[in-house]
Amino acid sequence: MQDEPTPIELTKTVADFLRNDITPMISGHNAFRLRVAINILDLVTRQLTLEGGSDAREVERLTSLLGMTGSVIELNRVLAERIAKGEVDLRTSGLAEHLWQTTMDKLAVDQPNYATYKRELARDKRA
Amino acid sequence: MMEEKLACCVGSWYPGATGVTAAEKLSGGASQETWRFDIVHPEGNVGAILRRAPRGYGAAPSRAAGLNAEARLMQLAFDAGVPSPRVLHVLTPEDDLGPGFIMQRVDGETIARKILREEKFSHARPKLAWQLGIVLAGIHSLPHTHLPELRRMTAAKELDEFERDYRSLNWPKPVFELALRWLRDHDPGPSTEVTLVHGDFRNGNLIIGPDGVRAVLDWELAHLGDPMEDLGWVCVNSWRFGEIDKPVGGFGSREELFAGYEAAGRRFNPARVTFWEVMGTLRWGLMCGGMMQRFRESPEHSMERAMIGRRASETEIDLLKLLATRGGEHAR
Repeated sequence: MQDEPTPIELTKTVADFLRNDITPMISGHNAFRLRVAINILDLVTRQLTLEGGSDAREVERLTSLLGMTGSVIELNRVLAERIAKGEVDLRTSGLAEHLWQTTMDKLAVDQPNYATYKRELARDKRA
Repeated sequence: MMEEKLACCVGSWYPGATGVTAAEKLSGGASQETWRFDIVHPEGNVGAILRRAPRGYGAAPSRAAGLNAEARLMQLAFDAGVPSPRVLHVLTPEDDLGPGFIMQRVDGETIARKILREEKFSHARPKLAWQLGIVLAGIHSLPHTHLPELRRMTAAKELDEFERDYRSLNWPKPVFELALRWLRDHDPGPSTEVTLVHGDFRNGNLIIGPDGVRAVLDWELAHLGDPMEDLGWVCVNSWRFGEIDKPVGGFGSREELFAGYEAAGRRFNPARVTFWEVMGTLRWGLMCGGMMQRFRESPEHSMERAMIGRRASETEIDLLKLLATRGGEHAR
Protein backbone atom coordinates (compact mmCIF):
# COMPACT_ATOMS: atom_id res chain seq x y z
CA MET A 1 0.00 0.00 0.00
CA GLN A 2 1.29 3.42 -0.95
CA ASP A 3 1.43 6.35 1.42
CA GLU A 4 -0.48 9.60 1.43
CA PRO A 5 -1.12 12.17 0.00
CA THR A 6 -3.19 10.31 -2.59
CA PRO A 7 -2.71 10.77 -6.34
CA ILE A 8 -5.97 12.74 -6.41
CA GLU A 9 -4.64 15.19 -3.86
CA LEU A 10 -1.33 15.47 -5.70
CA THR A 11 -2.71 16.16 -9.18
CA LYS A 12 -5.22 18.60 -7.74
CA THR A 13 -2.60 20.58 -5.90
CA VAL A 14 -0.40 20.89 -9.02
CA ALA A 15 -3.39 21.98 -11.12
CA ASP A 16 -4.36 24.61 -8.55
CA PHE A 17 -0.80 25.93 -8.40
CA LEU A 18 -0.63 26.29 -12.19
CA ARG A 19 -4.11 27.84 -12.33
CA ASN A 20 -3.73 30.34 -9.52
CA ASP A 21 -0.03 31.24 -9.42
CA ILE A 22 1.40 30.58 -12.88
CA THR A 23 -1.46 31.53 -15.22
CA PRO A 24 -1.20 35.28 -14.46
CA MET A 25 2.51 35.19 -15.42
CA ILE A 26 2.12 33.58 -18.87
CA SER A 27 0.85 35.07 -22.14
CA GLY A 28 0.50 34.24 -25.82
CA HIS A 29 0.60 30.72 -27.22
CA ASN A 30 2.08 29.34 -24.01
CA ALA A 31 -0.94 30.66 -22.07
CA PHE A 32 -3.11 28.53 -24.35
CA ARG A 33 -0.86 25.51 -23.81
CA LEU A 34 -0.88 26.08 -20.06
CA ARG A 35 -4.67 26.03 -20.12
CA VAL A 36 -4.57 22.71 -21.99
CA ALA A 37 -2.10 21.35 -19.42
CA ILE A 38 -4.37 22.37 -16.53
CA ASN A 39 -7.33 20.78 -18.32
CA ILE A 40 -5.34 17.54 -18.57
CA LEU A 41 -4.57 17.52 -14.85
CA ASP A 42 -8.22 18.25 -14.03
CA LEU A 43 -9.28 15.34 -16.26
CA VAL A 44 -6.81 13.01 -14.55
CA THR A 45 -8.10 14.11 -11.14
CA ARG A 46 -11.70 13.41 -12.21
CA GLN A 47 -10.73 10.00 -13.59
CA LEU A 48 -8.86 9.05 -10.41
CA THR A 49 -11.90 10.11 -8.38
CA LEU A 50 -14.64 8.47 -10.45
CA GLU A 51 -13.17 5.54 -12.38
CA GLY A 52 -13.21 2.95 -9.61
CA GLY A 53 -16.92 3.27 -8.93
CA SER A 54 -18.04 3.64 -12.55
CA ASP A 55 -15.91 0.69 -13.75
CA ALA A 56 -17.33 -1.55 -11.02
CA ARG A 57 -20.91 -0.65 -11.98
CA GLU A 58 -20.07 -1.10 -15.68
CA VAL A 59 -18.67 -4.60 -15.02
CA GLU A 60 -21.82 -5.45 -13.07
CA ARG A 61 -24.10 -4.38 -15.95
CA LEU A 62 -21.94 -6.11 -18.57
CA THR A 63 -21.86 -9.34 -16.56
CA SER A 64 -25.62 -9.48 -16.50
CA LEU A 65 -26.00 -8.30 -20.13
CA LEU A 66 -23.50 -10.80 -21.56
CA GLY A 67 -23.92 -13.65 -19.09
CA MET A 68 -20.18 -13.95 -18.47
CA THR A 69 -17.46 -12.60 -16.22
CA GLY A 70 -14.22 -10.78 -17.06
CA SER A 71 -12.35 -7.50 -16.72
CA VAL A 72 -13.95 -4.27 -17.89
CA ILE A 73 -11.91 -4.25 -21.13
CA GLU A 74 -12.55 -7.93 -21.87
CA LEU A 75 -16.27 -7.50 -21.39
CA ASN A 76 -16.30 -4.40 -23.57
CA ARG A 77 -14.50 -6.31 -26.34
CA VAL A 78 -17.14 -9.04 -26.17
CA LEU A 79 -19.99 -6.52 -26.24
CA ALA A 80 -18.43 -4.69 -29.21
CA GLU A 81 -18.06 -7.98 -31.07
CA ARG A 82 -21.64 -9.02 -30.41
CA ILE A 83 -22.96 -5.67 -31.63
CA ALA A 84 -20.81 -5.95 -34.78
CA LYS A 85 -22.22 -9.40 -35.48
CA GLY A 86 -25.77 -8.20 -34.90
CA GLU A 87 -26.28 -10.59 -31.98
CA VAL A 88 -27.06 -7.67 -29.70
CA ASP A 89 -28.88 -4.49 -30.70
CA LEU A 90 -31.08 -1.73 -29.30
CA ARG A 91 -33.99 -4.17 -28.97
CA THR A 92 -31.86 -6.20 -26.55
CA SER A 93 -33.19 -5.58 -23.06
CA GLY A 94 -30.82 -3.40 -21.06
CA LEU A 95 -28.43 -2.44 -23.89
CA ALA A 96 -29.62 1.14 -24.45
CA GLU A 97 -29.64 1.83 -20.69
CA HIS A 98 -26.19 0.31 -20.32
CA LEU A 99 -24.71 2.38 -23.16
CA TRP A 100 -26.29 5.56 -21.84
CA GLN A 101 -24.98 5.02 -18.32
CA THR A 102 -21.51 4.08 -19.54
CA THR A 103 -21.35 7.10 -21.82
CA MET A 104 -22.57 9.46 -19.09
CA ASP A 105 -19.79 8.10 -16.85
CA LYS A 106 -17.22 8.78 -19.60
CA LEU A 107 -18.42 12.36 -20.09
CA ALA A 108 -18.28 12.98 -16.34
CA VAL A 109 -14.52 12.46 -16.67
CA ASP A 110 -13.78 13.71 -20.22
CA GLN A 111 -15.99 16.79 -20.68
CA PRO A 112 -18.43 17.52 -17.86
CA ASN A 113 -19.19 20.88 -19.52
CA TYR A 114 -20.34 19.36 -22.80
CA ALA A 115 -23.82 20.73 -23.48
CA THR A 116 -25.44 17.42 -24.42
CA TYR A 117 -24.10 15.84 -21.23
CA LYS A 118 -25.29 18.70 -19.02
CA ARG A 119 -28.78 18.47 -20.47
CA GLU A 120 -28.98 14.70 -19.99
CA LEU A 121 -27.62 15.04 -16.46
CA ALA A 122 -30.33 17.59 -15.60
CA ARG A 123 -32.87 15.13 -17.02
CA ASP A 124 -31.51 12.34 -14.80
CA LYS A 125 -31.77 14.59 -11.76
CA ARG A 126 -35.39 15.46 -12.51
CA ALA A 127 -36.31 11.80 -12.98
CA MET B 1 14.04 34.60 -44.02
CA MET B 2 10.37 33.85 -44.70
CA GLU B 3 9.75 37.48 -45.70
CA GLU B 4 12.67 37.41 -48.14
CA LYS B 5 11.38 34.26 -49.82
CA LEU B 6 7.84 35.63 -49.96
CA ALA B 7 9.06 38.97 -51.35
CA CYS B 8 10.99 37.18 -54.07
CA CYS B 9 7.94 35.05 -54.89
CA VAL B 10 5.45 37.94 -54.87
CA GLY B 11 7.76 40.12 -57.00
CA SER B 12 7.63 37.52 -59.76
CA TRP B 13 3.87 37.79 -60.36
CA TYR B 14 2.45 40.88 -58.61
CA PRO B 15 3.09 43.98 -60.74
CA GLY B 16 4.38 46.91 -58.72
CA ALA B 17 4.89 44.93 -55.48
CA THR B 18 8.01 46.16 -53.70
CA GLY B 19 8.20 43.55 -50.92
CA VAL B 20 6.29 41.90 -48.11
CA THR B 21 5.92 42.80 -44.46
CA ALA B 22 4.41 41.54 -41.19
CA ALA B 23 4.76 37.85 -42.06
CA GLU B 24 3.41 35.79 -39.18
CA LYS B 25 2.73 32.08 -38.83
CA LEU B 26 -0.80 31.38 -37.69
CA SER B 27 -1.54 28.52 -35.31
CA GLY B 28 -4.09 25.88 -36.14
CA GLY B 29 -4.30 23.54 -39.12
CA ALA B 30 -2.79 20.19 -38.23
CA SER B 31 -1.91 19.16 -41.77
CA GLN B 32 -1.17 22.51 -43.39
CA GLU B 33 0.77 25.61 -42.51
CA THR B 34 -0.81 29.06 -42.74
CA TRP B 35 1.02 32.39 -42.83
CA ARG B 36 -0.42 35.89 -42.96
CA PHE B 37 1.53 38.76 -44.52
CA ASP B 38 1.08 42.04 -46.34
CA ILE B 39 2.20 42.68 -49.89
CA VAL B 40 3.83 46.13 -49.98
CA HIS B 41 2.57 48.19 -52.91
CA PRO B 42 2.79 51.91 -53.71
CA GLU B 43 -1.00 52.07 -54.10
CA GLY B 44 -1.58 50.50 -50.69
CA ASN B 45 -0.65 47.23 -49.02
CA VAL B 46 -2.62 44.09 -49.81
CA GLY B 47 -3.39 41.53 -47.09
CA ALA B 48 -2.46 37.98 -48.11
CA ILE B 49 -2.43 34.42 -46.78
CA LEU B 50 0.00 31.63 -47.65
CA ARG B 51 -1.23 28.08 -47.27
CA ARG B 52 1.36 25.37 -47.76
CA ALA B 53 2.41 21.88 -46.78
CA PRO B 54 4.72 21.98 -43.76
CA ARG B 55 8.34 21.09 -44.50
CA GLY B 56 9.13 17.41 -44.11
CA TYR B 57 5.46 16.56 -44.35
CA GLY B 58 5.27 13.38 -46.41
CA ALA B 59 2.57 12.32 -48.82
CA ALA B 60 -0.79 13.98 -48.25
CA PRO B 61 -3.24 11.80 -46.32
CA SER B 62 -5.37 9.78 -48.71
CA ARG B 63 -8.45 11.85 -47.97
CA ALA B 64 -6.92 15.20 -48.86
CA ALA B 65 -7.55 16.59 -52.32
CA GLY B 66 -4.13 18.27 -52.37
CA LEU B 67 -3.16 21.91 -52.27
CA ASN B 68 -3.33 22.44 -56.03
CA ALA B 69 -6.86 21.07 -56.14
CA GLU B 70 -7.77 23.24 -53.17
CA ALA B 71 -6.48 26.37 -54.93
CA ARG B 72 -8.37 25.49 -58.09
CA LEU B 73 -11.63 24.89 -56.18
CA MET B 74 -11.36 28.19 -54.32
CA GLN B 75 -10.77 30.01 -57.58
CA LEU B 76 -13.76 28.28 -59.21
CA ALA B 77 -15.92 29.11 -56.20
CA PHE B 78 -14.77 32.75 -56.30
CA ASP B 79 -15.50 33.01 -60.03
CA ALA B 80 -18.98 31.52 -59.50
CA GLY B 81 -19.84 34.08 -56.81
CA VAL B 82 -19.50 31.70 -53.84
CA PRO B 83 -17.95 33.65 -50.92
CA SER B 84 -14.30 32.69 -51.20
CA PRO B 85 -10.86 34.29 -51.02
CA ARG B 86 -9.31 35.15 -54.37
CA VAL B 87 -6.36 32.92 -55.20
CA LEU B 88 -3.42 35.10 -56.20
CA HIS B 89 -0.74 32.55 -56.99
CA VAL B 90 -0.13 28.79 -56.94
CA LEU B 91 3.40 28.08 -55.71
CA THR B 92 5.95 26.75 -58.20
CA PRO B 93 9.26 24.97 -57.50
CA GLU B 94 11.08 28.27 -58.31
CA ASP B 95 9.36 29.89 -55.31
CA ASP B 96 11.19 27.45 -53.01
CA LEU B 97 8.30 27.53 -50.52
CA GLY B 98 7.06 23.98 -51.00
CA PRO B 99 3.64 23.08 -52.43
CA GLY B 100 0.84 25.53 -51.67
CA PHE B 101 -0.78 28.77 -52.76
CA ILE B 102 -1.24 32.43 -51.86
CA MET B 103 -4.65 34.03 -51.54
CA GLN B 104 -6.07 37.42 -50.73
CA ARG B 105 -6.84 37.87 -47.04
CA VAL B 106 -10.52 38.21 -46.15
CA ASP B 107 -11.29 40.13 -42.97
CA GLY B 108 -13.62 38.55 -40.45
CA GLU B 109 -13.85 35.92 -37.73
CA THR B 110 -13.36 32.15 -37.97
CA ILE B 111 -13.45 31.19 -34.29
CA ALA B 112 -16.85 29.56 -33.83
CA ARG B 113 -17.38 30.50 -30.19
CA LYS B 114 -16.75 34.17 -30.92
CA ILE B 115 -19.13 34.13 -33.88
CA LEU B 116 -21.80 32.55 -31.66
CA ARG B 117 -21.35 34.91 -28.72
CA GLU B 118 -19.97 38.31 -29.73
CA GLU B 119 -22.33 41.25 -30.05
CA LYS B 120 -20.98 42.37 -33.42
CA PHE B 121 -22.33 39.21 -35.06
CA SER B 122 -25.78 39.48 -33.48
CA HIS B 123 -27.39 40.70 -36.69
CA ALA B 124 -25.66 38.09 -38.84
CA ARG B 125 -26.43 35.06 -36.65
CA PRO B 126 -30.18 34.72 -37.32
CA LYS B 127 -29.55 34.84 -41.08
CA LEU B 128 -26.64 32.43 -41.21
CA ALA B 129 -28.48 29.08 -41.41
CA TRP B 130 -30.38 30.34 -44.46
CA GLN B 131 -27.24 31.89 -45.95
CA LEU B 132 -25.31 28.66 -45.53
CA GLY B 133 -28.04 26.94 -47.57
CA ILE B 134 -27.47 29.42 -50.40
CA VAL B 135 -23.69 29.02 -50.21
CA LEU B 136 -23.91 25.22 -50.26
CA ALA B 137 -26.25 25.36 -53.25
CA GLY B 138 -23.60 27.46 -55.02
CA ILE B 139 -20.86 24.94 -54.24
CA HIS B 140 -23.01 22.01 -55.37
CA SER B 141 -23.81 23.80 -58.63
CA LEU B 142 -20.19 24.28 -59.72
CA PRO B 143 -19.91 22.67 -63.15
CA HIS B 144 -18.16 19.29 -63.18
CA THR B 145 -16.25 20.07 -66.33
CA HIS B 146 -13.99 22.59 -64.60
CA LEU B 147 -13.27 20.62 -61.44
CA PRO B 148 -9.81 19.21 -60.70
CA GLU B 149 -9.47 15.46 -60.29
CA LEU B 150 -11.20 14.44 -57.05
CA ARG B 151 -12.06 11.22 -55.26
CA ARG B 152 -15.53 9.87 -55.93
CA MET B 153 -17.02 8.87 -52.58
CA THR B 154 -20.13 7.00 -51.52
CA ALA B 155 -21.44 6.28 -48.04
CA ALA B 156 -20.49 2.61 -48.47
CA LYS B 157 -16.89 3.49 -49.36
CA GLU B 158 -16.67 5.93 -46.50
CA LEU B 159 -18.07 3.33 -44.08
CA ASP B 160 -15.31 0.92 -45.12
CA GLU B 161 -12.79 3.61 -44.20
CA PHE B 162 -14.55 4.29 -40.89
CA GLU B 163 -14.45 0.60 -40.09
CA ARG B 164 -10.72 0.42 -40.90
CA ASP B 165 -10.00 3.54 -38.79
CA TYR B 166 -12.04 2.21 -35.88
CA ARG B 167 -10.40 -1.25 -35.95
CA SER B 168 -6.95 0.38 -36.06
CA LEU B 169 -7.68 2.02 -32.68
CA ASN B 170 -7.89 -1.47 -31.16
CA TRP B 171 -9.96 -0.11 -28.29
CA PRO B 172 -13.53 -1.37 -27.89
CA LYS B 173 -16.20 1.30 -28.25
CA PRO B 174 -19.62 -0.34 -28.22
CA VAL B 175 -21.34 2.93 -29.21
CA PHE B 176 -19.17 3.22 -32.34
CA GLU B 177 -19.99 -0.42 -33.17
CA LEU B 178 -23.67 0.36 -32.81
CA ALA B 179 -23.32 3.40 -35.09
CA LEU B 180 -21.36 1.43 -37.72
CA ARG B 181 -24.03 -1.23 -37.71
CA TRP B 182 -26.87 1.33 -37.91
CA LEU B 183 -25.18 3.15 -40.78
CA ARG B 184 -24.67 -0.08 -42.77
CA ASP B 185 -28.33 -0.96 -42.22
CA HIS B 186 -29.60 2.52 -43.15
CA ASP B 187 -27.31 3.45 -46.06
CA PRO B 188 -29.74 4.95 -48.60
CA GLY B 189 -27.44 3.89 -51.46
CA PRO B 190 -25.47 6.04 -53.90
CA SER B 191 -27.04 9.40 -54.66
CA THR B 192 -28.65 9.75 -58.08
CA GLU B 193 -27.04 13.15 -58.33
CA VAL B 194 -23.29 13.45 -57.84
CA THR B 195 -21.82 16.90 -57.20
CA LEU B 196 -18.77 18.55 -55.75
CA VAL B 197 -18.89 18.04 -51.97
CA HIS B 198 -16.88 20.51 -49.86
CA GLY B 199 -16.26 17.84 -47.22
CA ASP B 200 -15.58 20.10 -44.22
CA PHE B 201 -18.26 22.78 -44.47
CA ARG B 202 -18.95 23.82 -40.88
CA ASN B 203 -18.83 26.59 -38.30
CA GLY B 204 -15.09 27.07 -37.76
CA ASN B 205 -14.17 26.81 -41.44
CA LEU B 206 -16.04 29.95 -42.46
CA ILE B 207 -15.02 33.60 -42.32
CA ILE B 208 -17.96 35.51 -40.89
CA GLY B 209 -18.38 39.27 -40.75
CA PRO B 210 -21.13 41.37 -39.17
CA ASP B 211 -22.88 41.10 -42.57
CA GLY B 212 -22.74 37.29 -42.76
CA VAL B 213 -20.64 34.69 -44.63
CA ARG B 214 -17.57 36.21 -46.29
CA ALA B 215 -15.58 33.13 -47.25
CA VAL B 216 -15.59 29.34 -47.22
CA LEU B 217 -12.21 27.89 -46.22
CA ASP B 218 -10.50 24.49 -45.89
CA TRP B 219 -11.35 22.69 -49.10
CA GLU B 220 -8.80 19.96 -48.48
CA LEU B 221 -11.42 17.23 -48.01
CA ALA B 222 -13.37 18.09 -51.17
CA HIS B 223 -14.58 15.16 -53.24
CA LEU B 224 -17.39 14.08 -55.54
CA GLY B 225 -20.41 12.51 -53.91
CA ASP B 226 -23.85 12.99 -52.40
CA PRO B 227 -24.48 16.75 -51.96
CA MET B 228 -26.57 15.97 -48.86
CA GLU B 229 -23.33 15.04 -47.09
CA ASP B 230 -22.41 18.72 -46.68
CA LEU B 231 -25.87 19.53 -45.27
CA GLY B 232 -25.55 16.72 -42.73
CA TRP B 233 -21.99 17.65 -41.67
CA VAL B 234 -22.85 21.29 -40.95
CA CYS B 235 -25.53 19.99 -38.53
CA VAL B 236 -23.22 17.69 -36.51
CA ASN B 237 -23.57 18.62 -32.84
CA SER B 238 -19.81 19.12 -32.41
CA TRP B 239 -20.07 22.21 -34.67
CA ARG B 240 -22.85 23.83 -32.64
CA PHE B 241 -20.36 24.75 -29.92
CA GLY B 242 -22.88 24.50 -27.10
CA GLU B 243 -25.88 25.97 -28.98
CA ILE B 244 -27.35 22.49 -29.21
CA ASP B 245 -30.88 23.55 -30.10
CA LYS B 246 -29.69 25.27 -33.27
CA PRO B 247 -28.54 22.39 -35.45
CA VAL B 248 -26.97 24.42 -38.26
CA GLY B 249 -23.65 25.44 -36.73
CA GLY B 250 -25.37 26.82 -33.63
CA PHE B 251 -26.97 29.49 -35.87
CA GLY B 252 -30.42 28.21 -36.77
CA SER B 253 -32.71 25.43 -37.88
CA ARG B 254 -32.48 22.78 -40.57
CA GLU B 255 -35.63 24.27 -42.09
CA GLU B 256 -33.84 27.59 -42.63
CA LEU B 257 -30.85 25.79 -44.17
CA PHE B 258 -33.15 23.83 -46.49
CA ALA B 259 -35.11 26.98 -47.40
CA GLY B 260 -31.93 28.78 -48.44
CA TYR B 261 -30.77 25.74 -50.41
CA GLU B 262 -34.11 25.54 -52.19
CA ALA B 263 -34.28 29.29 -52.82
CA ALA B 264 -30.98 28.92 -54.71
CA GLY B 265 -32.63 26.39 -56.99
CA ARG B 266 -31.62 23.08 -55.47
CA ARG B 267 -33.60 20.20 -53.98
CA PHE B 268 -32.89 18.63 -50.61
CA ASN B 269 -33.63 15.27 -49.02
CA PRO B 270 -34.07 15.46 -45.22
CA ALA B 271 -33.72 11.68 -44.70
CA ARG B 272 -30.36 11.67 -46.46
CA VAL B 273 -29.28 14.72 -44.48
CA THR B 274 -30.06 12.89 -41.22
CA PHE B 275 -28.14 9.82 -42.40
CA TRP B 276 -25.11 12.04 -43.15
CA GLU B 277 -25.43 13.75 -39.77
CA VAL B 278 -25.01 10.35 -38.10
CA MET B 279 -22.12 9.60 -40.48
CA GLY B 280 -20.56 12.95 -39.62
CA THR B 281 -20.88 12.45 -35.87
CA LEU B 282 -19.09 9.11 -36.10
CA ARG B 283 -16.55 10.63 -38.50
CA TRP B 284 -15.58 13.33 -35.99
CA GLY B 285 -15.39 10.70 -33.24
CA LEU B 286 -12.96 8.68 -35.35
CA MET B 287 -10.97 11.81 -36.16
CA CYS B 288 -10.60 12.33 -32.39
CA GLY B 289 -9.29 8.76 -32.23
CA GLY B 290 -6.85 9.60 -35.01
CA MET B 291 -5.60 12.57 -32.98
CA MET B 292 -4.96 10.22 -30.07
CA GLN B 293 -2.89 7.98 -32.36
CA ARG B 294 -0.88 10.93 -33.66
CA PHE B 295 -0.31 12.12 -30.10
CA ARG B 296 1.20 8.74 -29.27
CA GLU B 297 3.20 8.23 -32.41
CA SER B 298 4.59 11.62 -33.32
CA PRO B 299 7.66 12.84 -31.43
CA GLU B 300 6.19 16.14 -30.20
CA HIS B 301 3.48 14.38 -28.09
CA SER B 302 1.15 17.34 -28.47
CA MET B 303 -1.03 17.99 -25.42
CA GLU B 304 -3.73 19.48 -27.65
CA ARG B 305 -3.97 16.27 -29.67
CA ALA B 306 -4.06 14.21 -26.49
CA MET B 307 -7.05 16.20 -25.25
CA ILE B 308 -8.84 16.02 -28.61
CA GLY B 309 -8.46 12.25 -28.28
CA ARG B 310 -10.49 12.48 -25.10
CA ARG B 311 -13.32 14.20 -26.98
CA ALA B 312 -14.42 11.03 -28.78
CA SER B 313 -16.89 10.43 -25.94
CA GLU B 314 -18.70 13.65 -26.92
CA THR B 315 -19.60 12.01 -30.20
CA GLU B 316 -20.69 8.87 -28.36
CA ILE B 317 -23.32 10.77 -26.38
CA ASP B 318 -24.42 12.54 -29.57
CA LEU B 319 -24.69 9.22 -31.42
CA LEU B 320 -26.79 7.82 -28.59
CA LYS B 321 -29.04 10.85 -28.79
CA LEU B 322 -29.46 10.27 -32.53
CA LEU B 323 -29.89 6.49 -32.40
CA ALA B 324 -31.17 5.55 -28.95
CA THR B 325 -33.33 8.40 -27.74
CA ARG B 326 -34.03 7.89 -24.06
CA GLY B 327 -37.50 6.99 -22.92
CA GLY B 328 -37.82 3.77 -24.90
CA GLU B 329 -38.14 4.95 -28.50
CA HIS B 330 -35.18 4.72 -30.86
CA ALA B 331 -34.42 5.02 -34.54
CA ARG B 332 -34.83 1.76 -36.42
